[in-house]
Amino acid sequence: MVRFIISRLIKAAILLLAILTLNFLLIHAAPGDPAAVMAGEAGAADEEFIRQLRERFGLDKPLITQLGIYLGGVLQGDLGFSYRQQVPVADLIFDRLPATLLLTMTAFVIALTLGTLAGVLASARVGKWSDTFISTAALLFYATPLFWVALMAVLVFSVHLNWLPAFGFETVGSGYTGFDRALDVARHLVLPAVTLGLFFMAVYMRMTRASMLEVSQLDFVKTARAKGLKNSIIQRRHIFRNAMLPVVTLAGLQAGQLVGGAVLTETVFAWPGIGRLMFEALQQRDYNLLLGVFFVSAAMVLLFNLITDILYRVVDPRIRVA
Amino acid sequence: MHSIRALRARASKGTMMATPAARIEHLKIALPEGADRALAVDDVSFDLVPGEILCIVGESGSGKSMSANAMMGLLPDLVRPVGGRILVGDKDILTLSDKERRDMRGRAMAMIFQEPMSALNPLMKVADQIAEVYEAHGLLTPRERKDRAVQLLTEVGIPEPEKAARAYPFQLSGGQRQRVMIAMALALEPKILIADEPTTALDVTTQAQILDLIRHLQRERDMAVMFITHDFGVVAEIADRVAVMQFGKIVEEGSVDDVLDHPQHDYTRKLIAAIPRLSADRRAAIEKAPILAVEGLNKTYHTGGSMFAKGRVVHAVNDVSFVLADGETLGIVGESGSGKSSVGRCLVRLLDPDSGVVKLGGVDMAYMKGEELRRERKRIQMIFQDPYASLNPRSRVGRILSEGPMAHGKPKDEAYQRASELLELVGLDASAIDRYPHEFSGGQRQRIGIARALALEPEVIIADEAVSALDVSIQAQVLDLLADLKARLNLALVFITHDLRVAAQVCDRIAVMQKGRIVELGPAYDIFNDPRDAYTRSLIEAIPGREKELAAMTG
Repeated sequence: MVRFIISRLIKAAILLLAILTLNFLLIHAAPGDPAAVMAGEAGAADEEFIRQLRERFGLDKPLITQLGIYLGGVLQGDLGFSYRQQVPVADLIFDRLPATLLLTMTAFVIALTLGTLAGVLASARVGKWSDTFISTAALLFYATPLFWVALMAVLVFSVHLNWLPAFGFETVGSGYTGFDRALDVARHLVLPAVTLGLFFMAVYMRMTRASMLEVSQLDFVKTARAKGLKNSIIQRRHIFRNAMLPVVTLAGLQAGQLVGGAVLTETVFAWPGIGRLMFEALQQRDYNLLLGVFFVSAAMVLLFNLITDILYRVVDPRIRVA
Repeated sequence: MHSIRALRARASKGTMMATPAARIEHLKIALPEGADRALAVDDVSFDLVPGEILCIVGESGSGKSMSANAMMGLLPDLVRPVGGRILVGDKDILTLSDKERRDMRGRAMAMIFQEPMSALNPLMKVADQIAEVYEAHGLLTPRERKDRAVQLLTEVGIPEPEKAARAYPFQLSGGQRQRVMIAMALALEPKILIADEPTTALDVTTQAQILDLIRHLQRERDMAVMFITHDFGVVAEIADRVAVMQFGKIVEEGSVDDVLDHPQHDYTRKLIAAIPRLSADRRAAIEKAPILAVEGLNKTYHTGGSMFAKGRVVHAVNDVSFVLADGETLGIVGESGSGKSSVGRCLVRLLDPDSGVVKLGGVDMAYMKGEELRRERKRIQMIFQDPYASLNPRSRVGRILSEGPMAHGKPKDEAYQRASELLELVGLDASAIDRYPHEFSGGQRQRIGIARALALEPEVIIADEAVSALDVSIQAQVLDLLADLKARLNLALVFITHDLRVAAQVCDRIAVMQKGRIVELGPAYDIFNDPRDAYTRSLIEAIPGREKELAAMTG
């Protein structure tokens, strides 16, 4: 197992460098550079000013040299400097990462637990009205644009009912500390996390349902019934465990992706996370920051992939031993 | 005082027959609406008697498995019993509550299934799966359950039972898994054992061992066994009594000798006649020039392995050489994993051989690449085992048959014209051209598969287990068709099969493969009548029903 993890980490590191290089080249292939955007915003888009800016950011050097400098920095743990915000990129990202992780992981847990639970329930009542109801409800959340659900949730629970705060990470200027602060953050977390979670829930629900139904047709389930086992034990021990294998794969893919992918939710709820940071960086052509965000989200995807593979080995002996 | 008559009556009753362990009376099982017939099982009655093995024989769809599942209360949801009784002791299973029925499963009767590969939960250790039987009925402590599991594994003859108990199913061979299933079935010492095609998925030598085991355990424990099979060889090997089923009805029932030696019903006669005889004719050697010459063919598979761990290397094809004469049928027989299919796949270049020569009419195909391979490979075509999976379900038959010729430059009209000729050639109506594969039966689909192989007018055909998935009567028809086509079109055929009976019937020469090597190669007659290699002998001895057939031939 240790060997497996080390081997995978080495592969992941190589892959990460390749991703960085590709991102770097792609970004530079896009028209417009930060100097032009900054000059434009400053209302002084004359050639000389732009040239000076370029020189300052090192954008006048050949692309390959720029890449070399950048990768060299990353290898030493330096993600570069955001000229727009005048702060090191790493500071910006690690300032925002906890908020994003809190939001996406809560949403992820909600999606996964509710999704599998709903999937199990639906599969046990396949064809009946409760199955139809669960399937339709889950699909509804998936089909409705996320920002709209978010806005409606704010309208109902914050504006009309005034149960929960409408936006932000915590109550600004409240001066809460310790447990009070945690409670405050938790209250702010409810709406964005549930909105995001319900959206992804549909996928887990569909997958769990389909997988449960498929596994319940397999021969070993018949064997279990022939033993005289109770249906509840068969469902839990024989069907559910086997049905979870594809769900684990999907969850691993999605967990990593979620870190970089909560842009919409973070924007609607003014959640100070990576998603919004990325969105801003994109608008401002803040190359270093953008690359930094991509780097972190790519690293997260790889990390969760690794966790998935480890989990898979724990759950499935065929992969562990063979 | 007892009268002599009463005593005599009692005595004769004792010798006549024990009380049945189960009695099936006028059982009727309905199929869902829209099925090809209303009743899966139609007025079926039989007794299961302690110490006796009742074989229920029939082809697919005859209702034999349905009867078994009804006894266990394991019928699919849409299928339900609509009449009759299944009496076990004094209880009618069909009228019991779910809970009562569940309690009888495993305890009063147990079942083993066809596919040992899929009948065990892949994520649970063997011991845990056996222990579950006790758990289901609230018996023993967890510790005792595990101990019993090891005892049972010992009893069914698994090597290193302690180790096997800790293993996961995928770590065991097919035969060992079936032994685990049997151990599980025996756990609560049921009086009735239901075996649904328990050896069909196994190799012939493993099959012989499992049949022995079932026989042995059944005698030792005085169980009533209901043994479902499609294979009359297996019937001859294991049955005390036989019931033959067709379209949901029992058409004939009797002692094994009566049914096999003096079948009364036409259907039984037809089935028995369709079994390939286990004797190869002495055929004249084919003196023609070789069309295919294989020399020193090798293929290895590498599994697992990564940056750090060394993978496993399997030598699937190990230095295989043979020649195939024009118009000859060469059989390649062997058990699963012997490498016979890998040889076939190397010949048509679905696999790339590691080394060796595959000369087709003087041209070496072994390493040919790209456009040249594309052009040449039409000369050697393959018929696959599974007629369900080998035809694209979204393509009409016409397209399936003309795709190949069109890829080789034949105009569409001509290709479709040829396709309808081919359909007639393989005994199908030309109107089949506009239909989809799912509209045909298994046998018909295999005819389409044959037509497809013929469409490119190949010189050599590789038939990989081409009749293994078919019922015996359909199998006989397809074999006849192949023989007929071969004679008419002067084809050379490589016939890959695990079934020695089929090989005996169709092959001029036979190559016996074991672990990637050809251990014996010679005329079919010699292979069956004077096998040189010990492995060949063990294969032939393991063929079910062989002794009975030999006795019938000599006597």
